[in-house]
Amino acid sequence: MEKTLDLKYTYTEKKDTRSGFGDGLLEAGRNNPNVVGLCADLIGSLKMGAFQKEFPERFFQVGIAEANMIGLAAGMTIGGKIPFTGTFANFSTGRVYDQIRQSVAYSDKNVKICASHAGLTLGEDGATHQILEDLGMMRMLPHMTVINPCDYNQTKAATLALVDHVGPAYLRFGRPSWPIFTPADQKFEIGKAWKMIDGKDVTIFATGHLVWEAVVAEAMLREEGISAEVINIHTIKPLDTEAILDSVAKTGCAVSAEEHQLNGGLGDSIAQTLIRNHPAPLEYVGVNDSFGESGTPTQLLEKYGLNAENIVKKAKIALRRKSG
Amino acid sequence: MEKHSIDHLEGICSQVRRDCLRMVHAVQSGHPGAALGMCEYVVALFFNEMEHDSDFKMDGKGEDLFFLSNGHVSALWYSVLARSGYFGVPELGTFRKINSRLQGHPATEEGLPGIRIASGSLGQGLSVGIGAAQTKKLNQDDKLVYVMMGDGEQQEGQVWEAAMYAAHHKVDNLIAAIDLNRQQIDGPTEKVMDLIDLGAKWEAFGWQIVNIEKGNDMASVLEGLAKAKSLTGQGKPVMILLHTEMGYGVDFMVGTHKWHGVAPNDEQLENALGQLEETLGDY
Repeated sequence: MEKTLDLKYTYTEKKDTRSGFGDGLLEAGRNNPNVVGLCADLIGSLKMGAFQKEFPERFFQVGIAEANMIGLAAGMTIGGKIPFTGTFANFSTGRVYDQIRQSVAYSDKNVKICASHAGLTLGEDGATHQILEDLGMMRMLPHMTVINPCDYNQTKAATLALVDHVGPAYLRFGRPSWPIFTPADQKFEIGKAWKMIDGKDVTIFATGHLVWEAVVAEAMLREEGISAEVINIHTIKPLDTEAILDSVAKTGCAVSAEEHQLNGGLGDSIAQTLIRNHPAPLEYVGVNDSFGESGTPTQLLEKYGLNAENIVKKAKIALRRKSG
Repeated sequence: MEKHSIDHLEGICSQVRRDCLRMVHAVQSGHPGAALGMCEYVVALFFNEMEHDSDFKMDGKGEDLFFLSNGHVSALWYSVLARSGYFGVPELGTFRKINSRLQGHPATEEGLPGIRIASGSLGQGLSVGIGAAQTKKLNQDDKLVYVMMGDGEQQEGQVWEAAMYAAHHKVDNLIAAIDLNRQQIDGPTEKVMDLIDLGAKWEAFGWQIVNIEKGNDMASVLEGLAKAKSLTGQGKPVMILLHTEMGYGVDFMVGTHKWHGVAPNDEQLENALGQLEETLGDY
């Protein structure tokens, strides 16, 4: 379907965002001798093998012991190291929430919690591993920066940007092969939303894998004569409220799109911003208070309504509410 | 670090115990039991054993580092930090009060000199200490990392994750210690959750064990610490089993879990202070 559309962004290659992390980490290791890596028995899944091979003395295999990994990373910052921890998003957050809260966030330690296999697109492993609450948990923590990039290039750029950012951060990425539609040489500015497509009727605020779906949705809406603005919210916290309010001041309504629970996610953050400053109709694309299940990423995104078609549907509802 | 006589160190302990009791009494909250019990060990570290700089720097490069994993023993640590010059002794009077740097449990948020990580939620400090020790190795910093834990804290799973890791990665610039007072909030450890033979457990995890049988006797503590130091650098982490009496130094507080988290009233404070010489001047 998307091939027949006039897309504002296109791609020639697909890749997993976790590889963007792995390649970014390797480059970060070459640029900065203080970068260290820790992994809880998932080196292959996190694409940390190249870093491990090139910098064995700066890489620490922790085994299946994520709580310890978070504590170790917090301790390693004392003396100037910049630890990047790697495991699945589920084990990077829910499993170790108290360790992150006390030893990293409250203690304001320069730890980068890097989390792969987030959301439904993990696929066949099912709901035990498909965490859909991680952004909410992490954004609730004071001091924590929360980043959810959209493709390989942006994930790599975000990884590199985190080296120079001092403070606790959560970097979320995923497993599926996904269009690479942002430039390789992009500058990643933490906390600065990226307006990817200008529009005037409705704003689509998207994060992570769903930014691509938003790009597709924009083309679909355009075919029907609706002008949608697409804003890539790669940083969930600190949220670029100025960019959100500027856009909604113009369009008057919005849709949020995320591979996450509606409770506590990007949509909640945007709603909070709008309700305080500029109340306007907001529709949500996300998982509505349920767990995931096994299936292919495409099947799951369709079943749970996390795709371009549903963004289009929600955009039209938002438009109706605006004019009604 | 300048070495002190045992008499002098014991004098400091007496004052530190007074500080702890007065701090806890003033706000009618806090944890006096373990503070009294661990006093000799922590005083020995800060006044005799560790190379450290009271002009506090978070990075602690070129210094021995101390982490208090059982953060509820904060009163003891604050007193020792103040008495060794990290901040003014009068600030002890702000313990647990609103707008204080001396939080109920140790924290970095308010910038109290001497504290490098928050603790209180148990089981996390050993992991942190191991991480700091590995950074020392990466930095070619030959100083040591000390971690203090409680015995009830050994019931936390993360402690054993850390135990396995430190042995596997040969973290031998680390001296951890367990305050073995055999008490926890709900009662004796053997009744709440029996630790059985902790020494055998740690040894089986690949650690070297030093027993300090008289953890409230300064000479024994110094001797045990010397032994522990001599075991560093040999490819294995070192664990001190510090046998103490909870509430040591005050006759009606000693040897019971009842003073774990209970403050003395006016009369009890007066009675307790009567048993502890004021050696350095109360704040």
